[in-house]
Amino acid sequence: MNIVVCVKQTPDTAASVTVEGGKVTWGDAPLVLNPWDEFAVEQALRTKEAHGGKVTAISLGPEGAREALKQALAMGCEEAILLSDPAYASADTLVVSAALAAALRKLEAVDLAFFGRQAVDSDTGVTAAQVARRLGWPSLTLVAAVVAVDPQARTIDVERMLEETRQQVRAPLPAVVSVVKEIGEPRYPSFMGIRKASKAEIPVWSAADMGFSVPAPALTWPAIIAPPKVDTTCEMITGDSPAAIAAALADRLIDEKVL
Amino acid sequence: MADKIFVYIDHYNGQAVGPSWEAVGVALGLGPSLSSGVTALVVGDGVRGLAEEAITYGATQAIVRESAELKDFRPEPYADVVTGILKEHQPALLLMPTTGRTRELGAMVAVDLETGVTPDAISLQVDQGAVVATRPIYAGKLLTQEVARERRPQIVMIRTRAFPRPSPDASKKGAVDAAAAAPPPPATQVLGYKASEAGVSLTDAGVIVSGGRGVSNNGRLTPPAEITDEKQKEIWRAQQGFELIRQLAASLGAAVGASRAAVDAGYIPYVNQVGQTGKVVSPDLYIACGISGAIQHLAGMRTSKTIVAVNKDAEAPIFKIARFGVVGDLYDIVPAMTEVFRTRLGK
Amino acid sequence: MDFRLSPEYEMVVRMVRDFGQKEVAPTIREADRRQEMAPHILPRMGELGILGICLPERYGGQGFDYVSLGLVCEELEAVDTTLRVVMSVHMGLNSMALLQWGTEEQRQAFLVPQAKGEKVAGFGLTEPGAGSDVAGMASTARRHGGDYVLNGEKMWISLATKAHHILWFARTNPDAADPHDGLSAFLLETDSPGVTSGDIHGKLGVRAGSTGWVNCQDVRVPTRNRIGEEGEGFRIAMSCLDNGRYTVAAGATGLIRACLDAGVRYAKDRHAFGRPIAGFQLIQQKLAVMVQSYEAARLLYLRAGEMKNAGLRNTRETSLAKWFATDASFAAASEAIQIHGAYGYSDEYDVERYLRNARGAMIYEGTSEIHQLMQAGYALGTRKDAALRCELPAYDPAIWRG
Repeated sequence: MNIVVCVKQTPDTAASVTVEGGKVTWGDAPLVLNPWDEFAVEQALRTKEAHGGKVTAISLGPEGAREALKQALAMGCEEAILLSDPAYASADTLVVSAALAAALRKLEAVDLAFFGRQAVDSDTGVTAAQVARRLGWPSLTLVAAVVAVDPQARTIDVERMLEETRQQVRAPLPAVVSVVKEIGEPRYPSFMGIRKASKAEIPVWSAADMGFSVPAPALTWPAIIAPPKVDTTCEMITGDSPAAIAAALADRLIDEKVL
Repeated sequence: MADKIFVYIDHYNGQAVGPSWEAVGVALGLGPSLSSGVTALVVGDGVRGLAEEAITYGATQAIVRESAELKDFRPEPYADVVTGILKEHQPALLLMPTTGRTRELGAMVAVDLETGVTPDAISLQVDQGAVVATRPIYAGKLLTQEVARERRPQIVMIRTRAFPRPSPDASKKGAVDAAAAAPPPPATQVLGYKASEAGVSLTDAGVIVSGGRGVSNNGRLTPPAEITDEKQKEIWRAQQGFELIRQLAASLGAAVGASRAAVDAGYIPYVNQVGQTGKVVSPDLYIACGISGAIQHLAGMRTSKTIVAVNKDAEAPIFKIARFGVVGDLYDIVPAMTEVFRTRLGK
Repeated sequence: MDFRLSPEYEMVVRMVRDFGQKEVAPTIREADRRQEMAPHILPRMGELGILGICLPERYGGQGFDYVSLGLVCEELEAVDTTLRVVMSVHMGLNSMALLQWGTEEQRQAFLVPQAKGEKVAGFGLTEPGAGSDVAGMASTARRHGGDYVLNGEKMWISLATKAHHILWFARTNPDAADPHDGLSAFLLETDSPGVTSGDIHGKLGVRAGSTGWVNCQDVRVPTRNRIGEEGEGFRIAMSCLDNGRYTVAAGATGLIRACLDAGVRYAKDRHAFGRPIAGFQLIQQKLAVMVQSYEAARLLYLRAGEMKNAGLRNTRETSLAKWFATDASFAAASEAIQIHGAYGYSDEYDVERYLRNARGAMIYEGTSEIHQLMQAGYALGTRKDAALRCELPAYDPAIWRG
């Protein structure tokens, strides 16, 4: 099977992120493989191990995103490709999904494209579905389990995590799959994998290399701001009876949009 | 000329998803300069009633498109139908609640119409004829404003409970344009549904209700006669207390936590322990019952967005970091809270 | 001189750190209280290849260098000393000795399964009556036909009840003019008849590990299991210590870092007199000293690791690194407890475990006193390192990564 996993490099989730001069900064906190994408890599590798084939990791990002791709290689992906182009500078998901779709077309005969459910920096969670739409492939998001892959019948059965229930869906291949944590613990990179990854040559594909004309983004971001500080003086809730107190507390929580 | 606003009503199992009404409220609130009326959009099978419900929540009119093939939500056919409707009616703005379904739907419609899609908006402003949405990024550590200046429609999904829910008014009237949809058959097949596993994981939970040492502190309870050992009586009382905590948690869809003191005393297993030597959690709401607020516990939950403390002792340190406090007996307060939340939140 | 870590080293560090955090840290306090080694640890370290990290691929190892071994030990001990103790005996004292002194047959027979984690390896030098005075050991090994017969008891042996192979030192020549020349080394397979072992409890620290005694009663060991030549035992043992104490130095460095991290975290959290105690200068001083110790300890062990990579004799540098890091880790742990106040005195927090663990490293693999004597000897010119018949192979990626 020809499997692709789309990954992103993001700041470590423990990083303290602030806005300086209108731009987001994370100080000297490290950049890592987006934690959700680790789950995607894990599932991609399990599918390859079950059915044979190879896994290619691709990432749209700056030069430094190679490190995230190396992590994917160290976990066991066979190849990695960096998609980089100055035209991606102020990309929104419309642009990113178009570029990823172009790469998937260029790779030819891809059976499955795995994604993590969202990137921990931009937190949109829409890219996978947009890539699927562009390619005309089924979109299977929020997948908690890949129940079966049938390479002969060219189908995949998954369990999706909806708010209310788990939905079981069968889709034809090729398909786009985005995964959630329930898919299973990602493996550590093996030492052999680390050795391979540090030696690996990761090619860069520009937009031109993919024969792809970068669309203009639809969105702009007028400002990035820190959330307002919450007042920490304790408001004591009183009342004539436990029921009255509970009602007053519920009122306050609903007012403050906590509930 | 004012623009049209469409609100997509998300639904599951014949019921509208509550935040869909919040989206209607937002649409109405965007002001007459931007809105020549709010059109509710309902797609599915046997969903005409939802269109009528939308009118009671304030939608000016509703469009319903139905087909047996749309009974189960699949993004591709739903997107086909919605895109078709939007192309025909050309609204300026499509509002939706943010759910797993609508994220996919909004994503695909945005591709079809080459426009932007903004999930999880917590506030909206109108600026130079466009809706500027504010949404959290970096897991809420920062907020960004986002706007599609030129593309139309703008597609914005609002975050659940970020906006008020209007009250329905059965006397409201509006036209319902109902018709059959003829989507191309979906490539995917829904095989079935399975109940989700019970229990919310502490580290992922949005709401946590925790119990501490104080949970055993109820002299009014009489343990069964078979229990003679003092320590066992204490544990029995504590288990009654934790049952109340569990019920409060259930009413909120919350996870159950505990302080180290409660775990050490044998009231509840270690897996529930919140604190420096247990789990570190960061929920939106943390309700601490009978927990004094020792630094060891605080280290595990201090970054919770809102902390509510219930404790008999007005001097308990937990009140120093709580947003809301109740000085009282948790055996009285906790069941009362459960009752109120069950009614108000309908869980 | 580039003091930065390459991306490859960074990946190794991250991987071992993740393993420690996810699979050991959550239950380590429990294991320490029970004074038992968690059963999953050795198999997991074997599965992940940690037990063969710096051995050549053709001997079943992972093909990394000696600096990687140090980095791995630093990460392991930052979680708990017992993890690093595994590396000290399995890799530092035993496996690297086979690499240095073993014949090709012995490497194939013993080193390969050790590298793959199929067999766990230990080191049997210390006896109830002989610690620093290695040459005073009482264990014997008498020739009997084509075999040796081992008799004797070793004590304070890490992984005593868990090791399949123990590098066992015994006197083959009681009549040697110099007792140092009467010792030989053997690869003892612990499933041989006559071998018994047991665990020692009640240690001050390293409680989540496995320390014990091993006794040989007329145990037959074939000549092919003798490592090196008869009479080379003492020299072999000393060269083993060069590698064992390297892992101790690296590990103690990780322990200093753990103390520093715990101290910083607590100082920022804890309030007194209306503000975080991190704002008080005497607390800041403790943290500053820990930083100084950490950085110095790290440079010392990394230098020793680089010298091993280059095939340079490093007895002096390794001894210096071990002595410095272990003494400093005990001081750091003590100050970390002080920063935590009364909470530091409780096993609710990690710092008391760090102190108890740190104390042992000042005693084993050469007491701090032994190292001071060594360093004075080097400084005064009275101690010189004679060339060895077999040197630890320099690291060569072309050979290590077949």
